[in-house]
Amino acid sequence: MIRRAGRALVLLAVLAGALNADEIPPGERLSGYDMMGAEAQAMQRDDFANPAMLAVKEGEALWHAVPGEGRPSCAGCHGDAAASMKGVAARYPARDVPSGRLFDLPGRIQACQNGRQGIAPQPRESTGLLALEAYLALQSRGMPLASPRARGLDDAVQRGEGLYRQRFGQLDLSCAQCHSQNWGRSLAGTRIPQAHPTGYPLFRMEWQAVGSLQRRFRNCMTGIRAEPFPPGAPEWIDLEIYLKERAAGMRVDAPAVRP
Amino acid sequence: MATAMILLPRSAIRAGDLITLKAMISHPMETGFRRTETGGEIPRNIIRQFSCRYMGELVFSCDFHPAIAANPFLAFPLVATRTGPLEFVWRGDNGFLHREQAMLQVSAS
Repeated sequence: MIRRAGRALVLLAVLAGALNADEIPPGERLSGYDMMGAEAQAMQRDDFANPAMLAVKEGEALWHAVPGEGRPSCAGCHGDAAASMKGVAARYPARDVPSGRLFDLPGRIQACQNGRQGIAPQPRESTGLLALEAYLALQSRGMPLASPRARGLDDAVQRGEGLYRQRFGQLDLSCAQCHSQNWGRSLAGTRIPQAHPTGYPLFRMEWQAVGSLQRRFRNCMTGIRAEPFPPGAPEWIDLEIYLKERAAGMRVDAPAVRP
Repeated sequence: MATAMILLPRSAIRAGDLITLKAMISHPMETGFRRTETGGEIPRNIIRQFSCRYMGELVFSCDFHPAIAANPFLAFPLVATRTGPLEFVWRGDNGFLHREQAMLQVSAS
């Protein structure tokens, strides 16, 4: 019995080793910024050439906008975003203490709009919500992404890794097959990145617009001919948490520019 | 609601200097050639014209057409003569109109 259990343990260890064999060593991690062309990098570095900064400007105006009589603006509760929101985007998604729910940044903004401001929350992917996200993300620029595991989100990291390694769609591909095992190689003329979410929300030239991480996820899912989860689904948030764990310590470069 | 950004040179400007002005505006620049998932036409929605006035005088203008990228970015030269207001105007489809103003500070050469 003991021998059999021991053998099972060895087998588990071998399997675990095989599962994580494609993990990119911390020193070899590259952000989307590192992997894109010099022109796009220059566009991102210059705040005036970066179109996402238009969203930031709009977000700043929304931060101070009073939604209605007797209702607080974001600044009414949180004050100066440069101080109160510093580092927030670097540690989201996070668990809400009273409800135990996991919130990503746009989800948290929506909850605030609904609960504290008493207004209809702006839908995901709307310009207003993306603008607020971009404004908040800018306050964490240059800061290292916090490890979700270190903040007690092991369960979500585990679920997220399960999704990352699960094959989906008619093409029967997992995230890991492209982004861990074949990064740097070509996929229809573009280089496959390592999928570190350091710059969201970001201006993607292909979209000609600022978009969220979930939009990127949806693009990947339809690309492998899988049906995407609905906007704001808990699966997306688990996946984001796993990607943040995988990218922990990398610097936030939001709002970024990507090809 | 459009958002625009104007960038004037950061260094001090003296009369007679040739400077570069930069202007960027948020706009989808929808070409009118695209269709929705169900085949419906997406109507054209672009900026048609941009102009810049320096102390009321037209110093730069240009026409826009489909196939210009979203959030158009313009950079153009200007000879600074004296301190005065700059006015930037974008006009487009569906009555789109956006104005920005800036003060150009010029010191005597």
